[in-house]
Amino acid sequence: MTKRQNRMILVALLVSGVFLAGYLGIKAFSENLLYFYTPSDIVNGKAPKNKSFRVGGLVENDSVIRDGMVVSFSVTDNSESIDVFYEGILPDLFREGQGIVASGSIVNKCVRWTCKNTFNASEVLAKHDENYMPPEVAAALESIEIKE
Amino acid sequence: MWKWIQKQASPKFFYQTCNRLIPWFFWPFIALFMVGLYWSLVISPADYQQGDGYRIIFIHVPSAILSMMVYAIMAIAGGIGLIWQIKMAEVVAKVSAPIGAGFTVIALATGAIWGKPMWGAWWVWDARLTSELILLFLYLAYMSLNSAFDNPRTAAKSSSILAIVGLINLPIIHYSVKWWNTLHQGYSVGTGGIKDSDMQIALALMFLASILLYALLVSIKARTEVLVREQNSRWVKEEVGRLMV
Repeated sequence: MTKRQNRMILVALLVSGVFLAGYLGIKAFSENLLYFYTPSDIVNGKAPKNKSFRVGGLVENDSVIRDGMVVSFSVTDNSESIDVFYEGILPDLFREGQGIVASGSIVNKCVRWTCKNTFNASEVLAKHDENYMPPEVAAALESIEIKE
Repeated sequence: MWKWIQKQASPKFFYQTCNRLIPWFFWPFIALFMVGLYWSLVISPADYQQGDGYRIIFIHVPSAILSMMVYAIMAIAGGIGLIWQIKMAEVVAKVSAPIGAGFTVIALATGAIWGKPMWGAWWVWDARLTSELILLFLYLAYMSLNSAFDNPRTAAKSSSILAIVGLINLPIIHYSVKWWNTLHQGYSVGTGGIKDSDMQIALALMFLASILLYALLVSIKARTEVLVREQNSRWVKEEVGRLMV
């Protein structure tokens, strides 16, 4: 075997070793790399309890209630949803149907006699989607959806 | 074939090739960049949700792609230098690092400027942003390791190994938005996320301009690097003498 082939094998081993290590590392730490949990995760008990975390999803239509600086709305992933309370300034992109990520924790909030798990948010970020288009195209897409 | 490569990879030929290529990269870059900017800022329509604020993608997306592409080129050139001991591959790897770091800084900075009004935060520690920041640190580590040795061959050897190890970060950056929940949005390019043809043309022009800018900067910096490395050879002395006149 020539020296060059030797070096080639060494580099190949280096590359495959690094990728194997990376793959194992990602598998091991995948949970910690999640930026947010979905409402389904919370309902299924996958989200951390008694600890602050982030929840992400779409703002449910007709769920936003504003009372001065206090806003309440529900966040859905189209299978489960959770009520969120927040006091503060919302980002420009916040609206019904928009993706958001809120950080905070679950509290048991009681209104009169019924108690419900709600998410008490300390920060709300808007999550933009991957679509870019002029308003006319957006309007056209919407009208197609309504017809269907 | 092998002979031809060896000839091309000799410092003198490489230097001359760079010299010849520079105007071929420079003028198309200027032209594409000007047309691309006009297309981005004037011809492309405003976005339905973000208004004019979305236009930062015309800088952000090409820089982000280039930040990864340049890293791949740097690592591959480093690997070629390691295996075939081609000195000019080492030169390409070395001069690529600060250029790639520059693209990474632009991608991070434009992302932060966009993030504040759109998301509501300059910076979040999600998988996409964090892995792109790690890419910047990899570039910085590569540059400092490369300059830590007096002998350019030893420097190239150790820093190339670092570059190859860091390759693992590229798929992580690319797939971060798919593998994990991130605040950063998913793929817009190649998935039909950009629905307007003027927006697509503007982005393509800016992307091509960025590639030309990289090629141009590499040629200019590689030329200097070759002269420094080969300063004791006769042709360099003649060339420098010619340039000084």
